[in-house]
Amino acid sequence: MTLNRRAFLGSSMVTAAGLAAPMVLADGHGKPRVVVVGGGAGGATAARYIAKDSKGAVDVTLIEPSRTYYTCFFSNLYLGGFRDMDDLGHSYGGLAANGVNVVHDWAVAVDRDAKTVSLAGGAVLPYDKLILSPGIDFVEGAVPGWDVSAQNAMPHAYKAGSQTELLKAQLNAMPEGGTFVMVAPPNPYRCPPGPYERISMVAHHLKANNPTAKIIVADPKEKFSKMALFQEGWANHYEGMVDWIGADFGGDNVSVDPAAMTVSIDGEVTKADVCNVIPAMKAGRIAELAGVTDGNWAPVNAADMSSKADPDVHVLGDASQQGDMPKSGFSANSQAKVCANAVRGALTGSKVFPAKFSNTCWSLIATEDGVKVGASYEATPEKIAKVDGFISATGETAELRKATFQESEGWYSGITADMFG
Amino acid sequence: MRSRLAHAGLLALLLPAGAPAFGQAGDAENGQEIFAKCKGCHQIGADAVHRIGPHLNFLFGRVAGSHDDFRYSKSFQRLRNTGLEWHADTLDAFFENPRTMASGTRMSFRGLPDAQDRADLIAFLRHYSDDPANIPEADPTAQASDHDIDPAILALEGDAEYGAYLSGECTTCHQAAGGDDGIPSIVLWPEEDFVIAMQAYKSKTRAHPVMQMVAGRLGDEEIAALAAYFATLEE
Repeated sequence: MTLNRRAFLGSSMVTAAGLAAPMVLADGHGKPRVVVVGGGAGGATAARYIAKDSKGAVDVTLIEPSRTYYTCFFSNLYLGGFRDMDDLGHSYGGLAANGVNVVHDWAVAVDRDAKTVSLAGGAVLPYDKLILSPGIDFVEGAVPGWDVSAQNAMPHAYKAGSQTELLKAQLNAMPEGGTFVMVAPPNPYRCPPGPYERISMVAHHLKANNPTAKIIVADPKEKFSKMALFQEGWANHYEGMVDWIGADFGGDNVSVDPAAMTVSIDGEVTKADVCNVIPAMKAGRIAELAGVTDGNWAPVNAADMSSKADPDVHVLGDASQQGDMPKSGFSANSQAKVCANAVRGALTGSKVFPAKFSNTCWSLIATEDGVKVGASYEATPEKIAKVDGFISATGETAELRKATFQESEGWYSGITADMFG
Repeated sequence: MRSRLAHAGLLALLLPAGAPAFGQAGDAENGQEIFAKCKGCHQIGADAVHRIGPHLNFLFGRVAGSHDDFRYSKSFQRLRNTGLEWHADTLDAFFENPRTMASGTRMSFRGLPDAQDRADLIAFLRHYSDDPANIPEADPTAQASDHDIDPAILALEGDAEYGAYLSGECTTCHQAAGGDDGIPSIVLWPEEDFVIAMQAYKSKTRAHPVMQMVAGRLGDEEIAALAAYFATLEE
């Protein structure tokens, strides 16, 4: 079905008329209530937009355990020395000052019949619409020998903050000529180019501080996003330093021993000085507890990001199984705006506009050598479907790569302002 | 090769029964039935190998005739040498009548004259190539829809609320507060300048892939709504 604006507005207005009056979903308890779980690119954006656009007509509560949110996007640049940790940290004060009730606690249960969210601290929050944006958790047993109890020995650093700082500290402490091993994740996972930007940033650091060190990537995949661009960059900037072992050569047969600091790749055991294990991923636990997952992810309807299991629950960002969009901060932010518009419309009778989605992923390969890939998407009855896209070309000029990097810095400023106000 | 086959098998498992796969692109379930015409020569999915014709896993984005381990006809070797890649549009042309693109091959298939059948077959085959969710540069899974707005609702032109909604796609990169580090400010532009710039991106007169993509699917009144919104935006 091709959705045009007239049809969409028409159906929206019919729905609003059928509800007889705005705020009918408040169900006699005053203002309609939205609870958002997870304060990252999806949740913070959704909370901010609903509060901002409803102008006080909707009560918005954001549940997020962290007082300071460290963006996973751009955290690789911290490893490469291009960003300080403080640059990645953002408080929720801007959201609170603009009408979002920010609660720093863990959501531990969802009762979809009673429409409540329970917090670890004991509070029970009622909702009319629930938005889950919990990001990712790791699949237990995905990498034999590794679990979260081993993450200090072999950090994942795929949830930014202390893990990122730990990996940087280990990188700094690597012995001369040492070996850095990454165990890359299988599809699907957060940020398809992320592990390979990380390899670039680690290589940049080592080239400057430990030029005889080696990097091994054990990868269960045969290929990865921006592969030609990264491999060109590694050859140009870090010749001989990076050894990528794909599935064809046993990269999909890996186990680790954190106590011995060894990695077995297709039976060959390698001693690692630093080992970055990025396990297989799944939706953040609360999505599973809410009963909206099917397998590892939460299926959603493309038009408004509502759960296929419950129209009053929406799932955003990495946790959602939505179709073609990669799991990225940009995607989550884009999905959040579509969701916010739909939720506000359902609760207040405001106009609901057709869903439009877009994404761009920038990656830094070396100093001012930035590349990007992006696409536009639209809602189909089955999924969010990709309709157009672009990618940086190999062999681009240094000036263009510099401009691309500067563009990514601008995007970081833009999206964090868009998330946190 | 093991993971590629596993990937193809997983895709097959993920194909929901009774659900068309790629929206406007076609009905993959019907495409699976049409594929019966191809099965005598081509395999696809887990365990697929070359037979009379090459296997069709990871077809999208591939240069025609480019399997190193398959012995192609001279006609397909010539096709390969032209650099032709398999995408939805080239596959559509090929499936309509294969001989228009590669005559004199072992392939006896006469073609699919019905456009919907071709779209359905393409939707089915698409499941066995890279998923854009994992590799964002992978081929699209849908055709761009027409975003033109019916003239009857042109009364919404310049609708500030609609402009504000649409601006959400802009403010992921452009700062609503007007900052211009790395990405230019678009706040407080004269409306005419905004419209001229966006139309130039739309027609690809202005070069920037992100902006060409974003502007390319905005209708005239949507651009006007954005112009009206940003012209007065102050925070």
